[in-house]
Amino acid sequence: MTTTEPLIVPNFGDEDETDRKLVIICSKGNLDMAYPGLVLANAALGEGIAVDLFFTFWGFDMITKNRQAHLKFSPVGNTAMHLPTGGRMPQWLSPFPGMTWVATKMMRKQIDDLGIPPVDEFLDQIVASGGRLWACRMSADMQGLTMEDLRDDVEDIITAADFMDLSEGAQTLFI
Amino acid sequence: MSTTSLIGREVHVDAEGFLTEFDEWDEALGAELAAQIGVAMTDDHWALIRFLRADYAETGQTATTRRVATVGGVPVKQQFELFPKKPGKKMAYVAGLPKPAGCV
Repeated sequence: MTTTEPLIVPNFGDEDETDRKLVIICSKGNLDMAYPGLVLANAALGEGIAVDLFFTFWGFDMITKNRQAHLKFSPVGNTAMHLPTGGRMPQWLSPFPGMTWVATKMMRKQIDDLGIPPVDEFLDQIVASGGRLWACRMSADMQGLTMEDLRDDVEDIITAADFMDLSEGAQTLFI
Repeated sequence: MSTTSLIGREVHVDAEGFLTEFDEWDEALGAELAAQIGVAMTDDHWALIRFLRADYAETGQTATTRRVATVGGVPVKQQFELFPKKPGKKMAYVAGLPKPAGCV
């Protein structure tokens, strides 16, 4: 049955006064663990939510110029790794030479098949959408990296105390 | 299923107000939908909306902001300028299409 309703206009929240803000801490440098933060950041920006990404420890590889395009996925220690033919991948097999190469290649293809960009392009899109990137001071010092080594759109290398200012009033995710 | 009246025509809409029938849309209706959400349509807006319509006709899915950038050629930054804050949903609304289903 069809009923005629008065005009309904979707609420896009343009009048909302709540400045919802999301901070995502990216601490992993494996290909598979780079994506959760990127996907959520992108989705949040598309919903009008302010997003800051803070990269720390292994997450530095996501914003280091000569590393961000070369993240790897390793099946080692991952008991949720399934084979394309069905069944679980035996744990004794995963450390074999070449397995990381194969698994990385497969994951990159799956990601690409879904129209999801590689990490560097995804960060380009996030920055174009208004997201901001921050790097962790301690991680930079530990790895001997400076702003020169990082993507040009990284805002700054900041301390843990600076992070407290950055994340004030924000919903914070640690990945 | 509900209908509502826009520019003197009965159109089918879902509970949030998005059009549900692809063929009930035309550009006059699109302009009215845009006005409802405070978007003043320019040539750039129309180029994007026409891409969304054509892409939906071809794929059966509403293009995400990512696809509008890579296939439609409208950079993400510009999409945010044309349809502020929530470009994906606003574009779909004006184009008379469902909200994009993809995550990226």
